Amino acid sequence: MNIRPGVLYAAMAVLLLLVGFIQSWQLALTIINLCLISSIMSLGVNLQWGVAGMFNVGTMGSAAVGGLAVVLISASPVPEAWDAGGMGVLFSGCMLVLTIALALWVSKLMDGHRMKLWLIVMILLVGLTLTRMVFLPARAAIESVDAASTGYLGGLGLPVALSWLAGGLFAALVAWPVGRLVSGLRSDYLAVATFGISEIILAVLRNEEWVARGVKNVTRLPRPVPFEAELQAVEWAQNLAVWSGLPIREMASILVKLAYAGWFLGVLLIIYCLLQRLQRAPWGRMMRAIRDDEEAARAMGKDVGRRHLQAFVIGSAIVGIGGAMLVTLDSQFTVTGYQPLRFTFLIWLMVIIGGSGNHRGAIFGSFLIWFLWVQAETFGHSLAWAVGVLLTPENAISVALQEGAAQLRYVVMGSILVLVMRFAPRGLIPEEQKEFTLDKR
Amino acid sequence: MTDILNAFSHITSLLVIPGLAYASQLAFGALGVTLIFGVLRFSNFAHAEGMSLATMFCILITVWLQGASVSIAPLPTALIAMFLAIPLVALVFIGTDRALYKHFRAINAKPEVFMIVSAGIMLISNGVIRVVIGPEGQSFADGERFILTAREFREWTGLTEALVLKTSQLLSIVLALIAGGLLFWFLNRTQMGRSMRAYSDNRNLALLSGVDPNKIVWVTWILVAVLSVMGGVLFGLDKGYRPFVFQQMLLPMFAAAVVGGLGSPVGAVVGSMVVAFSELLLTFAWKKFLAYLLPTGLAPESLMQILATEYKFAISFLILVIVLLIKPTGLFGRATK
Repeated sequence: MNIRPGVLYAAMAVLLLLVGFIQSWQLALTIINLCLISSIMSLGVNLQWGVAGMFNVGTMGSAAVGGLAVVLISASPVPEAWDAGGMGVLFSGCMLVLTIALALWVSKLMDGHRMKLWLIVMILLVGLTLTRMVFLPARAAIESVDAASTGYLGGLGLPVALSWLAGGLFAALVAWPVGRLVSGLRSDYLAVATFGISEIILAVLRNEEWVARGVKNVTRLPRPVPFEAELQAVEWAQNLAVWSGLPIREMASILVKLAYAGWFLGVLLIIYCLLQRLQRAPWGRMMRAIRDDEEAARAMGKDVGRRHLQAFVIGSAIVGIGGAMLVTLDSQFTVTGYQPLRFTFLIWLMVIIGGSGNHRGAIFGSFLIWFLWVQAETFGHSLAWAVGVLLTPENAISVALQEGAAQLRYVVMGSILVLVMRFAPRGLIPEEQKEFTLDKR
Repeated sequence: MTDILNAFSHITSLLVIPGLAYASQLAFGALGVTLIFGVLRFSNFAHAEGMSLATMFCILITVWLQGASVSIAPLPTALIAMFLAIPLVALVFIGTDRALYKHFRAINAKPEVFMIVSAGIMLISNGVIRVVIGPEGQSFADGERFILTAREFREWTGLTEALVLKTSQLLSIVLALIAGGLLFWFLNRTQMGRSMRAYSDNRNLALLSGVDPNKIVWVTWILVAVLSVMGGVLFGLDKGYRPFVFQQMLLPMFAAAVVGGLGSPVGAVVGSMVVAFSELLLTFAWKKFLAYLLPTGLAPESLMQILATEYKFAISFLILVIVLLIKPTGLFGRATK
């Protein structure tokens, strides 16, 4: 029995408790909530990289699509915008689908014909031009409806918890065609391609304001837990505050965060259990076989392309669920917040430090890395202070460190990644390697 | 006749010259990506950050030189700083290689491992740059800003549409031609260059013929340092230096390298042209150009822009996808196993 995971998890719990006692319980809970969300995202990446061996660096795209789902499902609809251009957008959407379907059909029909390419280009050109002619006025109409507060179609006004499922579904729907395109590529190309796709998804979200207001952000999204102000008026919360000796405002905030933590933990446990089952199932064994020796697996008749596609889609869906939960926690959809450093490379770091291919490791990695990510700034300030004491506070180096304390976290994260790759490439909780040997009897 | 000249001047000033300058700057980056891929066999995610770091060194040296009132006006001081920065950057690159990549080469790690490590280096350099020089923009261009200003051109020719040529644009194009020429001369005509190409083509065969792998790796990083410093500085002179701008260059650089075929220097140059001009042609507002050429009644009312400027980066990626689907080895790449 390996005691390492238990010890590491216990140490992590102690660290978080220390934050609670030394800094504040609110901070501890904020960290825990984001740790839980990050855990879900890193489970998705772990399925793609750790289990299937696919080098997908487009995690940011899935997270953003998941976040978008929250807006589209739970924000209240804007009827004026629908009246202004809803039909136009829907109609142009149908035209786009028809154009692509026609192009695909022709591509199949005329396989091998030498005019094929030209015909397809013609179809796409004509179809897209016509689509634009319908789409552009509709978009302008929607974006001009009360542009300061809406200017988009709004959502469906459904319960927000539903949007988490939708987040997964949306991310999967986006990942499927993407996966079809890229899953056969060599790892270098796969990396560049997925990286690019995630950037494009973000470019679209930034600029197509009729979808989710672009950089103007959608705020005040509904939440699955009560508001702090409501809780302050509730009797049992007041009693609890008196009993614990905390001010009622702090107590309410803690209770809200706890409620979020409960939701997130529930989702995390469900996903974790499903993934563990999958891991033990023949499917998991097959995936690991493909990862470890693709050629051999192919020779055994395994459909490597299809399996990769499956892992890619399921993994992206899990990341999408995480992305949706993150937007719910913030109750706002901030497009500019999606940066590859934060949403792709940090999640990767979590998976790698925890131990790729091992879901318990990925969860531990998420907790550790998010904790360090938050505390790196504190560490940076202490470092700046220490240097200031050693030299002088006015010294150029200590001034630069003070100003750059927040930026030092990048250095810390990068160094951790590099050091882990160099000295512990299998992570802190390595995947258990089951050895199948022939019975000696 | 004037209309045609005006139209010509308009697109030269806003499309052809900026396109060539951008393609040149991109080519420096794409050549770096392709050299690393060819010799060291991985896609370097830290390449854009490396260029940013190189530019940062250059800016610091420029400021120091300006303080010591060294100047080569009308040319920007950064051009001297470039030569002083190259050894520093080469040291940083070779240092990283010795500390990290060397180990992974020795254990024959998978390309994914190299990419992850390069992402780590990207994070570290990103942080270091922000701490040292701050996240804000820096302006380090001095000397004459324009070779041909709008006013001068109008006075000379009497045309309404001015042809403007910035110093940084001309410098980018000229230096790219010189550097590209030297690089190809080096790769094709010198013993070292030939060994490098042999090593990139077939590692084992090259080793059997007595090529020293360490030397090859060193020379590669020195070349990459030269390219990064030049590309970064020229891009910074032209567009202004902001640390995060280079990260947005990563995708076009990769696209250019892949379009040309990863590992092929000629391909990287051609790929840069393809990417730069596709970006500009598709996001260019053709309204004025058409207004000059078409009869008065037919002049278009809309901007005649095929795609909004915000989708510039999407274009480089679209090209990438199309190439990967139709010809994954790129225009000049050789089929690999």
